[in-house]
Amino acid sequence: MTAFSAIHEEHESDKEDFTPGVEPQPTWCPGCGDFAVLKALKGAMPELGRSPEEVMLVTGIGCSGKLSSYFESYGYHSIHGRALPVARASKLANPGLEVIAAGGDGDGYGIGGNHFMHTARENHDMTYIVFNNEIFGLTKGQTSPTSPKGHKSKTQPSGSAKDPVRPLTLSLASGASYIARTAATNPRQAQEIIAEAVEHDGFAHVDFLTQCPTWNKDAKEYVPYTDVQDEYDFDRTDRREAADMMYEAETKLHEGEVLTGRFYRDEQRPSYGQEKRSTGEMPEDHLAERYFEDDPEFERVADHLIDRHK
Amino acid sequence: MTVHELKWRIAGGSGDGIDSTSQNFAKALMRAGLDVFTHRHYPSRIRGGHTYVEVRARPDDVRSRGDGFDFLLSLGDSFARNPDDEAYYGEEELKPLYEHFDDLNEGGVIVYDSGLIDEEAVEAIDLHERAEENNWHVYPVDLRGLAREHGREVMRNTAGVGVSAALLGIDTTYFEELMQEVMGGDIAEANIETLNAAYDHAQELDHTHDLEVPEGDHDGEQAMVTGSDAIAYGALDAGCRFISGYPMTPWTDVFTIMSQNLPRFGGIAEQVEDEIAAASLAIGASHTGVKAMSGSSGGGFALMSEPLGLAEMTETPVVLVEAMRAGPSTGMPTKSEQADLEHVLYTSQGDSCRVVFAPGNVQEAYEQTRQAFKYAYDYHLPAIVLYDQKLGGEMRNVPAEFFDREPDPDPGAVLTEDELAEAAHDAAGKFKRFDYEGDDVVNPRSVPGQEGGRFLATGNESQEVGHINEDPDIRTKQMDRRLGKLSAIREDLDEGEESNQTYHGPADADYGVLVWGSQQDTVFEAVDRLNDRGSSVKALGVSDLMPYPEEEVTAFLESVEECLVVEMNATAQFRGLTQKELGRFGPKLTSLLKYDGEPFEPSEVVEGFEASIEETDLPGGNMRLVPTAGD
Repeated sequence: MTAFSAIHEEHESDKEDFTPGVEPQPTWCPGCGDFAVLKALKGAMPELGRSPEEVMLVTGIGCSGKLSSYFESYGYHSIHGRALPVARASKLANPGLEVIAAGGDGDGYGIGGNHFMHTARENHDMTYIVFNNEIFGLTKGQTSPTSPKGHKSKTQPSGSAKDPVRPLTLSLASGASYIARTAATNPRQAQEIIAEAVEHDGFAHVDFLTQCPTWNKDAKEYVPYTDVQDEYDFDRTDRREAADMMYEAETKLHEGEVLTGRFYRDEQRPSYGQEKRSTGEMPEDHLAERYFEDDPEFERVADHLIDRHK
Repeated sequence: MTVHELKWRIAGGSGDGIDSTSQNFAKALMRAGLDVFTHRHYPSRIRGGHTYVEVRARPDDVRSRGDGFDFLLSLGDSFARNPDDEAYYGEEELKPLYEHFDDLNEGGVIVYDSGLIDEEAVEAIDLHERAEENNWHVYPVDLRGLAREHGREVMRNTAGVGVSAALLGIDTTYFEELMQEVMGGDIAEANIETLNAAYDHAQELDHTHDLEVPEGDHDGEQAMVTGSDAIAYGALDAGCRFISGYPMTPWTDVFTIMSQNLPRFGGIAEQVEDEIAAASLAIGASHTGVKAMSGSSGGGFALMSEPLGLAEMTETPVVLVEAMRAGPSTGMPTKSEQADLEHVLYTSQGDSCRVVFAPGNVQEAYEQTRQAFKYAYDYHLPAIVLYDQKLGGEMRNVPAEFFDREPDPDPGAVLTEDELAEAAHDAAGKFKRFDYEGDDVVNPRSVPGQEGGRFLATGNESQEVGHINEDPDIRTKQMDRRLGKLSAIREDLDEGEESNQTYHGPADADYGVLVWGSQQDTVFEAVDRLNDRGSSVKALGVSDLMPYPEEEVTAFLESVEECLVVEMNATAQFRGLTQKELGRFGPKLTSLLKYDGEPFEPSEVVEGFEASIEETDLPGGNMRLVPTAGD
């Protein structure tokens, strides 16, 4: 008898189950790309047979961070840049949970860049959705880590002198085992990719192009888009070919061509939980369950450690 | 002459085996029936640099380092870089010898490795003049040669122990047993051979000193533990099964002990990219139902500020430990200080809502770490154990039965799924985790994966189910409810069977000494001496720093004419806290401060106390007497 009966049951659910029945309604601006992330996530979850209470959605700060308010599940709206460390510990503590982390490009590639690199490196079995709108939205339009070189804003009045972060390439180099880019303007592909990312046994990174009509671009600037699976011949299980494809997609985005799709997938690499179990450093059973057993038996220091001090 | 106590020091370079040798030496004396206490001094270097450990042993309770010491085993520094005394760091090879001259008591004994330190060098540091002045007995012994001949060169530390045993009359059987237990095999054999050869060699020397090891007897089996052991063991017995951290001296000891033991206790240890992640992981694991901790020293703890505030706002239980070292900034990484008090009490934006305990010794470190988990998980807030390099690194024997305790798997204020089915939900079925309308300061929580428990935890101000809300009335109610936990915890603590505050000395004494954290037991020894010398003094060691033990400290201060406040920092942080919390007593308080990296010795507290009462100057040194401002 599990203390967490929402986990591991067969669920019949639909989109509505993931929609809060009462307030709040999303406060995003009309035409915002963030709505598309919410929709894709709501669509993917029933498709995968998940229920709201086995999902742990951890978000950062910014417009994107409000995703956890508008999606019905267990939610943790953390602090700027720190969604990933909260989320990955949640997965270690209870591997039965479907853990999803989400945040913006400033959140994930700027202030939380170190956590992004290390979470990818560890290959936790979780999904990370980055709302990439190439701007700081909620703080009213400052240049972000993915803003193109020359981007002018109140904080970069002469235009940014920096090349933007290359999120896909960074993800690959760091060790993510599933990497994709999709766009708010392509809802069908977005839902498919989110579903694949959630299903993937490892760190799945989705760079989600979400237009910010108020401070940056509106939706029409992300069309037409090209699906790299349709137009390019590359092997997305080959690290070098994937890297070349990513580089091209990242470059072309700033030349006005939107390349989306699946860029990389490594099915062979064990997830962090598997790795840690294989070295004996993670229990086979879900750790959180121990505390909720009827008569939990915990090891005593007196039995295991005191003899060496005598 | 059998003295009442022995204070033995082993000194050498980092890498000369000072730690392991002193540990075995102390344990051997403990097994021989003595109470032991160690004081550890080391540089921030991997190889070389003067390091020493002092072992104090006596038949009755020993709870502090002593004044000066009696027996020096100086190995010299075999990793010395600069043989030249004009060099920036001085004559490194000899530091483990001459840097002890000022502390070595009259009639003391010096054994040095003449295989490493030659006669000419010894002339240069005036060893013989100093020895004559102070009636020291000097035994140059070729420890290196003995080790080479009977074992290996690195075993000069063992040879030194053999010589110490012969000169002090210690039975070598205890050392032999320990070597077999700790090393085993050929290494143990070679060490034992070296030990006995050195012992025999030293027996043949002309013994001019009259120092001998005292005799003692324990009632029950003893265990020798450090403050770091005690904190880690308190956490394990409190049911902690998750730790995340990043290395930093001196917190690394607790992190290491936990990381080595958690897998076999069925838990998880994570070394992560930085301390922001470390605190955030502990919060994530705890939110998901596991008793979790993290920790660091001052600089790393600074990085934890924002997650710490997140835990306060989201009401996520978490235990953090903070091992202070001398600051500011990198400061003196391996030296002791108590200057992070205000940092730990107030860091992170907004009003603080956290529990802070500062244990006064090894036993309190175990007890208060367990309490930190209890309060964190019962009241859903961060609880911090604040200690320092001194307490973390010092070893002390405690009765083994002290640890004969039951673990605590209770996850605190948590609902089961059955209870959740009965709990209040909003119209959409979200659990009212943060209900603010009732009288309770804490609402039992649900855990992700439970049916019927979903809610949103957020660092924003929020309403019952966690949706962001900035209504002024709701805001005020939520703030009052969260901060109300501190008064509720204070009540629990005041009503508990045993106070975390420790009293020492005659209850009707005229004068008082207030102390907090790791300096407590040193002050207690000083108080005993002051009373023996005719003063009328008592002391109070304070461990509860937030919520502050207002009633106890008030009663203590009301009962004395004047009070000395002893702490290791430059700005009298604990005295400031006391004045802020109590709002009076300023004129009664004088601070005795020290911030040179070296913990107080009992005699320094005695001097400080007498100078404050007699209104005389301190006799030099690095202590400062500071009356309350405005007096």
